[in-house]
Amino acid sequence: MLTFKLALKNLLGAGMRTWLNVAVLSLAYIVIIFYNGLIDGWNQQARHDSILWEYGQGQLWHQSYDPYDPFTLQEAHGTLPQSADSKALIPILITQGSIYPQGRMQSVQLKGIPPHQQLLALPTHSLDNTTHVMPALIGKRMANTTKLRKGDQVLIRWRDKNGTFDAREIVITEIFDSDVSSIDNGQVWLPLQGLQEMTGLQEQATLWVAGGGYQPTSLEHWKFQSQDALLANLDAVIQSKKASGFIIYTLLLGIALLAIFDTQVLSIFRRQKEIGTYMALGMTRLQVVGLFTLEGGANSLLATVVGSLYGVPLLLYLANTGFAMPAASDNYGLTIAERIYPVYSVGLILGTIALVVIAATLVSFLPSRKIAKMNPTLALKGKVQ
Amino acid sequence: MKYILFFLISTFWFQGEYPDANQILEKVDQNMTAKNQVYQSKMVIHGRRSARVITSKGWTEGDDKALTEYLSPAREEGTKMLKLEDQLWIYSPSSDRTILISGHMLRQSVMGSDLSYEDMMEDRKLTELYDAEVVGEETVDGRNTWVLALEAKVEDVSYQSRKIWIDQERFVPLKEELYAKSGQLLKKTTMKNVEKIEGRWFPKTVIYKDMLKEGEGTEFTLTEVKFDQDIPDYIFSKAALKR
Repeated sequence: MLTFKLALKNLLGAGMRTWLNVAVLSLAYIVIIFYNGLIDGWNQQARHDSILWEYGQGQLWHQSYDPYDPFTLQEAHGTLPQSADSKALIPILITQGSIYPQGRMQSVQLKGIPPHQQLLALPTHSLDNTTHVMPALIGKRMANTTKLRKGDQVLIRWRDKNGTFDAREIVITEIFDSDVSSIDNGQVWLPLQGLQEMTGLQEQATLWVAGGGYQPTSLEHWKFQSQDALLANLDAVIQSKKASGFIIYTLLLGIALLAIFDTQVLSIFRRQKEIGTYMALGMTRLQVVGLFTLEGGANSLLATVVGSLYGVPLLLYLANTGFAMPAASDNYGLTIAERIYPVYSVGLILGTIALVVIAATLVSFLPSRKIAKMNPTLALKGKVQ
Repeated sequence: MKYILFFLISTFWFQGEYPDANQILEKVDQNMTAKNQVYQSKMVIHGRRSARVITSKGWTEGDDKALTEYLSPAREEGTKMLKLEDQLWIYSPSSDRTILISGHMLRQSVMGSDLSYEDMMEDRKLTELYDAEVVGEETVDGRNTWVLALEAKVEDVSYQSRKIWIDQERFVPLKEELYAKSGQLLKKTTMKNVEKIEGRWFPKTVIYKDMLKEGEGTEFTLTEVKFDQDIPDYIFSKAALKR
């Protein structure tokens, strides 16, 4: 306890030098916690939204279906075997087509979904329209690119199962707002039965979305994609973002640790008489090394306190108001909300404190080892060793 | 009196009768189809703001062999397209690669025009795909034409129905409309500059228009055409693409 008090007294006695080190170190704290909290918040929101709007509890894909290869859509459809537990599944039929807003042609995916489904958050009830024009649902991104609004009528063209062209008007009955761009960009949602009749693919689907309670079984021509498998791409993006963030805060932490290291080297050089006095008063070399290491390490403890003073209110404010993402950042196929609310877990906070304290103690110990080799008499005289 | 009545009835009867549509289509085929063709062409693609001009040289033999080499503009120069039965190969000189166009890629537009690769690939005879019927007579650009309505009789056709206006004297199509299953007009083709070339009537300009898109369509003009030439076999081989 005496050593700790002495270390703290020495540290505070160093004045501005200490506070500069503490300021940089506390900033490193805040940046590490904020960045990781932001990524964790994005991860949580994206997983939640993807499950809610697109993936459900998993998907059953036709064996020919490859979401990254639109050419597979021609063959990727079929009926589900009788043995499948279809009560916990909703079918989606996907085909390629073109839409002609204001006389411009744009390739789209036409997706058929049952209007009465409640498994996904898509407002498909708006497809339950009995007017003579086929009702259609599009997302806000699609509405922006096609300049379509609710109530607009637009022509679509597609091919039936035999490759024969067909075309008809659709009416936009709803424009949904979702953070999941992969159900929005270049897509038009239609009533399943309508699309099946349009394409001549009665009773057929490209994929089935599973709800709670679905037990995957082996089905001929169909392959089950678990929720984890569907979220694997998102996980990979999150991991790569964490890795790039690691580089940024390693640099910041490195600067802070370098400052502590320099301070330690300077202290040992300038305080040789003090070191000699400690030894003359009966402290062992290891105790003096411990004292100087503690002094350096205490920078991180002070940084924790200072960081808490301004960091806790700042991080809590950001957690409540969220962090606005740049416009159109979700147009690249990633699920990103307009505002991300950082999530700071206990593990993240304790882990960050442990990382900084251990790193600061280590860089304080390295120069302090020199004390163990000092001659106490020469040190007392203040001679350079 | 009864002779007069018989004359009037038979006159009206025969005026209401049209020639057999299949015979008309066969005459069109005889007129338009040669053993082979060698031509130079100019394709004007009208965009929203400007028009692009692409010139090319082509060789065709029957319905299932064709080679097109693009001559200009500079960025398309040297690009070649080879059609061999139901396969379409494209050679790009910039990458020195030959790729096979298949599946949905065939539905893409050719060089941004109103023509799809699939339109270029169509080589089955209309009489094999459609039930044809003459439904009337109309005047197109001052020429009397038979109006033929074609309805698909097989399932795997791109267009469910067509309407073709055929010059009654020259047996050259002057206009064609392509319809979707719903009856929506999808494409319109207009043939102009009909000239007698080597004893056959032939339209030198064809204007393709995608009726669902805005714009003036794509104008395809034959600047030079020769029929029944000696075309070496290697022209229609993949090896010729890289020459």
